[in-house]
Amino acid sequence: MLDATTAEVKQRKSGGLINPAKTCQPIGAMYAALGIHKCLPHSHGSQGCCSFHRMHLTRHFRDPVMASSSSFTEGSSVFGGAANLKTSIKNVFAIYNPDIIAVHTTCLTETIGDDIPSIIKNSEIPEGKLVIHANTPSYQGSHVTGFSNMVKGMVSYIAESSTAVKKDQLNLIPGFVNPGDMRELKRICKLMGVKFILFPDTSGVVDSPMTGKFEMYPKGGTTIEQIRDTGNSKLSIALGRFASSDATELLNKKCKVPALALKTPIGVKATDDFVMALRSFAIKEIPYEIEEERGQLVDIMTDTHFHFHGKRVALFGDPDILTGLTEFVLSLGMKPVHILTGTPGGSVGSASGSFVEDIQEMLGSANITANVKDNADLFTLHQLIKNEPVDLMIGTTYGKYIARAEDIPLVRVGFPVLDRSVHSYLPIVGYRGAIRLVEMISNALLDRQDRDAADEDFELVM
Amino acid sequence: MKFSEDALEEMLKRYPDKTKKARKKHILVKDSAEAKQVIEANTRTIPGIITNRGCAYAGCKGVVVGPLKDMVHITHGPVGCGYYTWGARRNKARSEDPAQNFINYCVTTDMQEKDIVFGGEKKLAKVIDEVVEILKPKAISVNATCPVGLIGDDINAVAKAAQERHGIPVLAFSCEGYKGVSQSAGHHIANNILMDRVIGNSEMEEAPGRFAINMLGEYNIGGDAWEIDRILKEIGYTVVSTMTGDGSYEELRNAHTADLNLVQCHRSINYIAEMLEKKYGTPWLKVNFIGVQGTINSLRDMAVYFGDEDLIQKTEEVISREVARIQPIIDQYRKICEGKTAFCFVGGSRGHHYQGIYSELGIDTVLAGYEFAHRDDYEGRDVIPDIKTDADSRNIPELQVSTDERRFRLKVSPEKMEELKRKIPLSSYNGMNVEMQEGNIIVDDLNHYETEEFIKLLKPDIFSSGIKDKYVVQKMGIPSKQLHSYDYSGPYAGFNGAANFARDIAMSFSTPTWNYIVPPWKDQPLLEGKMVGGDEKAC
Repeated sequence: MLDATTAEVKQRKSGGLINPAKTCQPIGAMYAALGIHKCLPHSHGSQGCCSFHRMHLTRHFRDPVMASSSSFTEGSSVFGGAANLKTSIKNVFAIYNPDIIAVHTTCLTETIGDDIPSIIKNSEIPEGKLVIHANTPSYQGSHVTGFSNMVKGMVSYIAESSTAVKKDQLNLIPGFVNPGDMRELKRICKLMGVKFILFPDTSGVVDSPMTGKFEMYPKGGTTIEQIRDTGNSKLSIALGRFASSDATELLNKKCKVPALALKTPIGVKATDDFVMALRSFAIKEIPYEIEEERGQLVDIMTDTHFHFHGKRVALFGDPDILTGLTEFVLSLGMKPVHILTGTPGGSVGSASGSFVEDIQEMLGSANITANVKDNADLFTLHQLIKNEPVDLMIGTTYGKYIARAEDIPLVRVGFPVLDRSVHSYLPIVGYRGAIRLVEMISNALLDRQDRDAADEDFELVM
Repeated sequence: MKFSEDALEEMLKRYPDKTKKARKKHILVKDSAEAKQVIEANTRTIPGIITNRGCAYAGCKGVVVGPLKDMVHITHGPVGCGYYTWGARRNKARSEDPAQNFINYCVTTDMQEKDIVFGGEKKLAKVIDEVVEILKPKAISVNATCPVGLIGDDINAVAKAAQERHGIPVLAFSCEGYKGVSQSAGHHIANNILMDRVIGNSEMEEAPGRFAINMLGEYNIGGDAWEIDRILKEIGYTVVSTMTGDGSYEELRNAHTADLNLVQCHRSINYIAEMLEKKYGTPWLKVNFIGVQGTINSLRDMAVYFGDEDLIQKTEEVISREVARIQPIIDQYRKICEGKTAFCFVGGSRGHHYQGIYSELGIDTVLAGYEFAHRDDYEGRDVIPDIKTDADSRNIPELQVSTDERRFRLKVSPEKMEELKRKIPLSSYNGMNVEMQEGNIIVDDLNHYETEEFIKLLKPDIFSSGIKDKYVVQKMGIPSKQLHSYDYSGPYAGFNGAANFARDIAMSFSTPTWNYIVPPWKDQPLLEGKMVGGDEKAC
């Protein structure tokens, strides 16, 4: 497995990638758009893009992922795609009848410079229907950037400040996470008695129930009306700066809704921060249910600490997820050795901040040094692991090649997970999500210990 | 249930006029009374229609070139295209020399904005240099994505310079996604370069064994090629190369030495088959290793071609032994499947191939079609002269090959060839339509709307297509079988494959999970009670 990868590191300066740890913007935009109720995402480019993204999202969620394409030909690439987009809009409303079409661009249409807003203006849009768009050039950022850009597009097209006094409600942007996570965030907000608008919300869309009937637009998703109303909220919380901050910043600019950026609430500390933010927003004490869940989590962490304490771990995936995960594994007493994202880590001054600095700061306070890389690939991760081995990998399915090559257990977390199911239904956020993570980490390590144990060391109780 | 023209009209009513006019030509109801039923295919998908089709890059790098295991395939473009064709198609490969098996690697130039603005040629050249230095492959491919053609990067020049610099072949494929109307354009582009640059470039003059064949259009999904190999080798064939599942650059170079080319997927590889015949005089045989009968027919046709008594005898021996072993297994599953109906909408050959195995299971394919086929895949190759070249196909270069004077040899005499052609599908393909039952439906580039509507009308018991429509159909309570990725099962080809397929299809009908769709509270009243003096009944 991956036998051409050697421990010897030769410097690579080309900027090319071997075994990428990211993909392109449009898939993130497509995923975000699925989180609007009765929305059909539309990919403005060659139909291959749309097919790839639908394939990939469907494999991760094992649920229908509906989206349309402008189906470019060589002619439209030369003469511009206005006609293709206009025809698409006409056909989509006539045949598939969504309430809203969310157009995202591709590297093709960005390169030829199609002016999407003016094409939309000149399109036939039925009364009461909406078309929004986001520019998602595949040659910038990653799928996380695409998610962020589409959420920003929702704000810029739909959000309105229409009341003189802001309503007692909270905007919550969940970031590029699973519907199971979004459900958990909503549950926590409800327990806290907070009135909130979660957007986008893919729960009930890509984890829809089996009923014997296919619904092109399932029950889930944030309604257009709710997104419009986000302009009237008192506060926006961005969970994960890379996927969510741009939209909350824009809401602040456009509708004067103050923005608060928090970590994706993975693990005890980040969930504490989230719950405390809800507490001060609602000016309400934390209900016993939540306190009990937290107590259970800490109880489990303490009772099982010898399963994972001091274990060396490599973390890889998307920056917002890794920030939470790093903090959590530190609180478990584990030792992160390599932390790597494929997404460019942002720069000081941008809303997304610096991934490497954020992580280094956390490691610094724990007195731990580790390799922290942004804009990097899994070939690099593999070489790092060959030189500084780990006991455990936590990340996406793509890590399985390295895991096999180096015989390391892999805990599947993040996007995408293509070779295991059910993951998208269950959370990794909140105290309950953290309990699930402890179970996954602990089991992976114990399964390995069982597998490797001599008969005489193979034990019933562990 | 057979289908009426009125029902079709009713169904298409939802389409805007232009869309309706265009789509109608892609739908046929099989009617043998009509002398020639024409279907439109390989034309543009209408924008906004939810199609299953992909792009030229997917057809070139994703399908034909990507499986060549001893090459590093570099995708020149932004990160997505390379990423989505990494391990996504189940084209398995193993190698004697694991350090020369690059099947689990994905290399992309990860073009950034500055590359789009200032050109990506230098970056591509550097990536090639790094690949040579770090991964040390014996050959490299460069595959273009949409922006490459638009900004005018000359990947041919970069590849040529790199080839000179490093002394290994570097093949450039200009398979930008916007070319053509589907994956099909990419197959053609890939065929041209492999024929032009790889096939025949070795010193080998004689095939390494008797009854030498190339297996064309077999991508080893779920290990299909390995099962076919097992059977062929036992009978006594020498497999010179497989195009391209578990294939290699090294093997492909020797493809000119074979005595016969087998064509499994006609759509994706017929160009090479035709060019091999023209250049080296090697005829091709249309085979179908899906299904017991398909496999038997293909093996017998091959034996007829070679006409060797021992080979014929060995063929029959293997067939009877394998059938005796496999048929009882299939018969068990047939009991579950018998009398059911299927939709079969796949790619460019499986829409046809899987109808045979369905029928062996007692399942009638009531609707079939291809995602990216041409008219000849439906109507047979006789129709090729009638196909008009449109603007989209004109953009794909035709490679002109001429006879290789030194290596050309007629494998069979012209008289023998004519005689064989009457018996077996030699250098010919009759297409899918001829095998469809009367009144059944043929749809080209079936889209989401039509899928839903046809399901409502025909109520098939099983749907077979790909991942994008799988869960749409299962939500309706109808099992859906992926025939691109086999739902991660396989092999489905050959004798063992037929048994696997039968098991999996029967499983999709018999899983108890279907029984739980309706919750008990949906058909039971909330309150139950007794009327005084009356019968027990629900209120």
